[in-house]
Amino acid sequence: MSDITKYLRKQRLPHILCPGCGHGIVMNALLRAIDRAGLDQDKTAVVSGIGCSGRIPAYLDFNTLHTTHGRALAYATGLKLYRPDLTVIVLMGDGDASAIGGNHLIHAARRNIDLVAVVMNNSNYGMTSGQYSPLTPTARITTTSPYGNIEQPFDLAQLVQAAGASYVARSTTYHVQSLITYLEKAIKKKGFAFVEAVAQCPTYFGRKNKLGAGAEMLERFKTLAVDVKRAATLSPEERKGKIVIGEFADRAVPEYTERYGELIARLKAKDAHAVAGE
Amino acid sequence: MLQVKGAQASPDREEAVLLQGNEACVEGALAAGLDFFAGYPITPSSEIAELLAARLPRRGGKFIQMEDEIASIAAVIGAALGGAQAMTATSGPGFSLKQENIGFAAMAEVPCVIVDSQRVGPSTGMPTSPAQGDLMQARWGSHGDRPVVAYYPASVAETYRLAIRAFATAERLRLPVILLLDEVISHMRERVTLKPPAENELPKRRQIQAATAAGALNDYPVYRADAEEQVPFLPDFGRGYRFHVTGLTHDEKGFPTENRVIAGALHQRLVEKVRKVQDELAQAEVTGADPAETLVVAAGGVARSAQVAVEDLRRAGYSIALFRPITIWPFPEKAWQSRVAAARRVVVVEMNMGQLYYVVDRLTKRAPVELCNQVNGELITPEQIVSFIKG
Ligand SMILES: Cc1ncc(C[n+]2csc(CCOP(=O)(O)OP(=O)(O)O)c2C)c(N)n1
Ligand code: SF4
Repeated sequence: MSDITKYLRKQRLPHILCPGCGHGIVMNALLRAIDRAGLDQDKTAVVSGIGCSGRIPAYLDFNTLHTTHGRALAYATGLKLYRPDLTVIVLMGDGDASAIGGNHLIHAARRNIDLVAVVMNNSNYGMTSGQYSPLTPTARITTTSPYGNIEQPFDLAQLVQAAGASYVARSTTYHVQSLITYLEKAIKKKGFAFVEAVAQCPTYFGRKNKLGAGAEMLERFKTLAVDVKRAATLSPEERKGKIVIGEFADRAVPEYTERYGELIARLKAKDAHAVAGE
Repeated sequence: MLQVKGAQASPDREEAVLLQGNEACVEGALAAGLDFFAGYPITPSSEIAELLAARLPRRGGKFIQMEDEIASIAAVIGAALGGAQAMTATSGPGFSLKQENIGFAAMAEVPCVIVDSQRVGPSTGMPTSPAQGDLMQARWGSHGDRPVVAYYPASVAETYRLAIRAFATAERLRLPVILLLDEVISHMRERVTLKPPAENELPKRRQIQAATAAGALNDYPVYRADAEEQVPFLPDFGRGYRFHVTGLTHDEKGFPTENRVIAGALHQRLVEKVRKVQDELAQAEVTGADPAETLVVAAGGVARSAQVAVEDLRRAGYSIALFRPITIWPFPEKAWQSRVAAARRVVVVEMNMGQLYYVVDRLTKRAPVELCNQVNGELITPEQIVSFIKG
């Protein structure tokens, strides 16, 4: 296996993440996927929102941009549209991507702009000390759902798929090999490629819900995970509380920046023709 | 959709055309090298987006209609970091939504231009009617003390010139620059002389010296400011220099810090870089008697009415002049001090509840300052101003 530490800004370490936090596993998986995809560090941008997840780009040796809460995809859309030569990877927390940034997620998927969108879903707002998010399962305890969450969570993979993304997958920090594979595929895929990484936040979500430390939370992901194909054979009752993992979409959809490039080419040809005909 | 016939952003020689304010804004921006626009439709700014949707791709530039105003300013900042000369345009409600990310651009020192064509507010107000209620929003709209430069044209021709200057200043000081328009300026038609590129003050991006070894930039202080101007020289993303950009308080390498000394120095510098050149930036036009017993202060569209009123009153024997800030932020204090010393009376004419008044009153020690204002969706007329002054 090749050395992924070349992608780290070693002088920035140690990082601020808690012991046992799943975000570190996702970061590791991302770097392995980047390595496998053979990305050029100079031509890769990593953009994040605000949250524990948002702090990751500072440790990575690429063109890195830590934006505002929820807006990472909108910043990334501008960067990618202006600079289609760059590979743009967007790291978001679940609150970032599904609450304050939910609309940007829908529209980036709808445009099918060539971004790699990674949602680190730890079921709560880690950075602000464990409030509930739109991905917190019903009945879970958080600092703002002290009597148990009475809302129902989103299924982001279905949402993004319905909005029109090229590639949609979900894995967990326990299933690291498939997580790396999905991230690699997402990087290589033309169009909006979405990977949800279910991750543990032992400090808040784990503690509040008595799920144990990082290792125990990983064990839970192992028991709860069902592959998307098998999930299709289960009744809604049987599926309850499971984490459906796997690939939800992998399809050819016209990509936004390519279409824009075609538009420019078409107009240039037309204008050149008009001049020639004068 | 509007069409600009015969108008070129950069004609070979001077060309006089009849344009709407919003069209002139587009011509100025394109002349300055605009190659990225992201926006969301809102009256009275929408023609800017419509024109750029047609014009930009023909020049190889990029236009995108985002899902809202927050996304628009975010996309503008993202593109600007990639090297774009980028702009967004909106009106009061959208300007409010953009504020958090305008603050980001100020903190991360990303050059860009934000056009705000004002309408009556608060809230949805009167979408197609003029007002000047966003002066303070332009100055203080974001949390924290962000630095600001805002230009405020009073004619279509000046809109063209100031659109170009907005980009030049954004690049020079590496900050978001605001171009405030009045609805009447946005939609009024006037003659504009478009100039060839060599005659315009075109923006130049401060770029890091290529001598810095690529790759070694990881540890290079990209945010270290030039000693003279207090402005850093950031490279564009994806050109061989890898660095970090954040809205967090950061050190000279761009990385977050809680070091009190570094934090204090950064926040000071962000404001200082504008303060240092404020007398050069902050321009005003003064017309009428010199010295004048009565000074009328008005900016943007309503300055046109004030101009007519001042001329009428001069003919009637008044010792009176009009002071018109062209740069509304920073306010042209030096120019003001040089004229106010002789004044016995100051009248601020504006279409809000007294925003410019607040500034002028603070800067005027000896003469009484009066407010002649109106917020009902109608432009204040010269007659109203004349009768206010005659009392
Ligand atoms: C506009 C805005 N609202 C709220 C916040 C406060 N805030 C910071 S991080 C965060 C949520 C973080 O949760 P998530 O996105 O799930 O990321 P995590 O920290 O769990 O990785 C919030 C609400 C903010 N920084 N900006
Ligand atoms: S608070 Fe939770 S998400 Fe944040 S670093 Fe700690 S464990 Fe990770």
